[in-house]
Amino acid sequence: MAAGEIVAGILAPHPPHLVYAENPPQNEPSAECGWEVLRWGYERLRKKLDAMDYDVLVVHSPHWKTTVGHHFLGVPHFKSISVDPVFPNLFRYHYELDVDVGLAEAICAGAKSAGLVTQMMRNPDFRVDYGTIISCHLLNPAWDKPIVGISSSRAYYYYNNEVGDREMLALGEATRQAVEASGKKAVLIASNSLSHRHFTEEPEVPEDMRNEHIYHHGQYLWDMRMLKLMKEGKSQQLMDEMPDFIEQSVSECKEGCLSWLMGALQMPSYPAEVYAYGSVIGTGNAIVEWDPKSAEVSA
Amino acid sequence: MSHAVMGLVVPGQPHPLLAAEQSPAWQSLRDSFAQAKQRIEESEAELLVIYSTQWPSVIGHQIQADPEPEWVHVDENWHAMGSIPYKFKMDADFAQAYCHAAKERGLHSRTVAYQGFPIDTGTVVALKLLNPDNRIPACVVSCNMYADRAETLVLGKAARDAIEAQGKKTVAVAVTALSNRMFTQPIEPKEDKISSLKDDEWNQKLLEFFAEGRLEDVSQLARQFTAQANGDNKLKAIWWLAALMGQSNRYVGEVIDYQPINGSGAAIVSLTPSTQAAMNQEFDEDDVEHYGGDRKVLDSGSDAQDEQGMENAQASQAAQANLVNAAEAPKPVGAYPHARREGDTLFLSGVGPRQAGSDAIPGGAVKNSDGSANDYDVEAQTRAVIENVKTVLEASGSSLDKVIDVTVFLIDMDRDFATFNKVYKEYFEHIGATRTTLAISALPTPIAVEFKVLARA
Repeated sequence: MAAGEIVAGILAPHPPHLVYAENPPQNEPSAECGWEVLRWGYERLRKKLDAMDYDVLVVHSPHWKTTVGHHFLGVPHFKSISVDPVFPNLFRYHYELDVDVGLAEAICAGAKSAGLVTQMMRNPDFRVDYGTIISCHLLNPAWDKPIVGISSSRAYYYYNNEVGDREMLALGEATRQAVEASGKKAVLIASNSLSHRHFTEEPEVPEDMRNEHIYHHGQYLWDMRMLKLMKEGKSQQLMDEMPDFIEQSVSECKEGCLSWLMGALQMPSYPAEVYAYGSVIGTGNAIVEWDPKSAEVSA
Repeated sequence: MSHAVMGLVVPGQPHPLLAAEQSPAWQSLRDSFAQAKQRIEESEAELLVIYSTQWPSVIGHQIQADPEPEWVHVDENWHAMGSIPYKFKMDADFAQAYCHAAKERGLHSRTVAYQGFPIDTGTVVALKLLNPDNRIPACVVSCNMYADRAETLVLGKAARDAIEAQGKKTVAVAVTALSNRMFTQPIEPKEDKISSLKDDEWNQKLLEFFAEGRLEDVSQLARQFTAQANGDNKLKAIWWLAALMGQSNRYVGEVIDYQPINGSGAAIVSLTPSTQAAMNQEFDEDDVEHYGGDRKVLDSGSDAQDEQGMENAQASQAAQANLVNAAEAPKPVGAYPHARREGDTLFLSGVGPRQAGSDAIPGGAVKNSDGSANDYDVEAQTRAVIENVKTVLEASGSSLDKVIDVTVFLIDMDRDFATFNKVYKEYFEHIGATRTTLAISALPTPIAVEFKVLARA
């Protein structure tokens, strides 16, 4: 069996607004337009993924929050409706998906061996979180690839950001090793936004773009700094500055998704490609890809 | 007149519902939930209003308005404990009334009624254990992740507005942990304990207040508690409950149970209104009636709007400068100052006999907590009223001998007039203020006499 590999690592934020504005058949509400810059960014990335040979999407979501360790979806098939508890007016999405339980178990076991607390989720009535659903839809709306779903361990909220980041880097390393041992080609998805302060009022027409802008200029400056480091391939510096970024921009990176991705990609020194950046109800969102193959070519 | 007949504090983790047999602590909570359920039934409540810290919202506050939400719920953390099928009965009319009341007080709010809406674990656990047969319709409101104390207080007051407008006997339920530091490693359920001695001590402090009926004192301590013991969502649920129940310490409190759930502090507390007040020892937070919010802070609008806003602000400041709030006088029971200065005249709000700080009524309340009549002492009440009038006048730069006119309200003219008149004479005979005495059916608090006073500033 050939060694498996991570064929792409993607920062793929999950605002339900993007699915809402797209009007896919799975989603109940409908919109006239909205957040086109981000949606077009996802379109371009989808074209690349469609042309890519891969077996599985491995997604780390900030909206499956667990306290006792890192949990993994462990049921082969799910079918249900996902209703966003915060924006139910925008996102009521009928989903049906397959899980690569074998790979999930391998990552779970590997992370446990590395000293992390892990657990498989075997309850068939479980509802897959909307962060996972949205990011996966935006990257693969056909749902023709199985996924591995990983929770966000709330341990981040008990320890400081530095300790939390160390744990997520270890989880990322365990993910990489399990993917390589599986012989599969995996796309890794970190499902979080960057700065994350929301507006707490919504326009009467949610997609009225007159109202859409970043919540605070300080957030924008931080987001641009993080994106600059990504584009320059300065992952170690990105991680070094991550604790301050999280604290000062209320970043959703606190949930550990991006740190996990950096760990899985072994702290990439090659440039990432930014497909789009835009605000959604005040939060900063970037679609970014790390392509190990392009790094090899440039090398 | 508040119709909240009881307030409850309950934990929202699923352990007592799904895994009680695994731990003596969780079994104890399960049994105590049953006691709380019994109290609700005895209260003859017609409505349960629930605030759950496990239902986060971003866009203002959301209120559940699906009349019969139905699902098979699985907790994201504790999925291995099993599934929770539910079908609840919600009071959709009350949800609309609550939403309207919240908007009237300046809050951003909306109702939600969508098939498959993910009702949170805390609400599911509370309703399954407190109201398993859906005998009482419920209403659930979200916990806004950005809401501050002011916004949450106003949300509680809006619930009170809606309850009073509908006149339903209501039990208010705050679904919240106290200290909320959970273990992040697996534990043996039988050995569950509060995660640290420090958290335990802070929990005990709050429970001592609860047992004395000092709900408002707990609300006032919430920030400090959160800083020290990682309070569940800043103890917003307690802010909400205290505001809904009337922001006082006039309750009979009972700590039905206190146990750990995976390290967090899980308490079941009941609070029933009482005429007897514990001392207000912790009051130093500001109160707020209407939410202005910070949401428009980045949208300053046009220069003309700014100028108009400045003029309004200056006018408001000028009006505020004329208001008197005396620290040594009893706290007002509504949105009004103790006194207002207009020109050379001082207008006092109605003054009763309650004592500053404790809210105790000299001579006793006119009725007991069960509504039965009490043999109060109107002489003591009258003296206390006049002393309070003196306090407010002196805080306003005036004095009793500058009183121009007095309107007196008595709830029982036949019983009390002669005694009241004797005491009045001692203080006012030489002053020569005009006076009118009226008989009325009731006053807002259980007192027998109240004065309305005009004086020279």
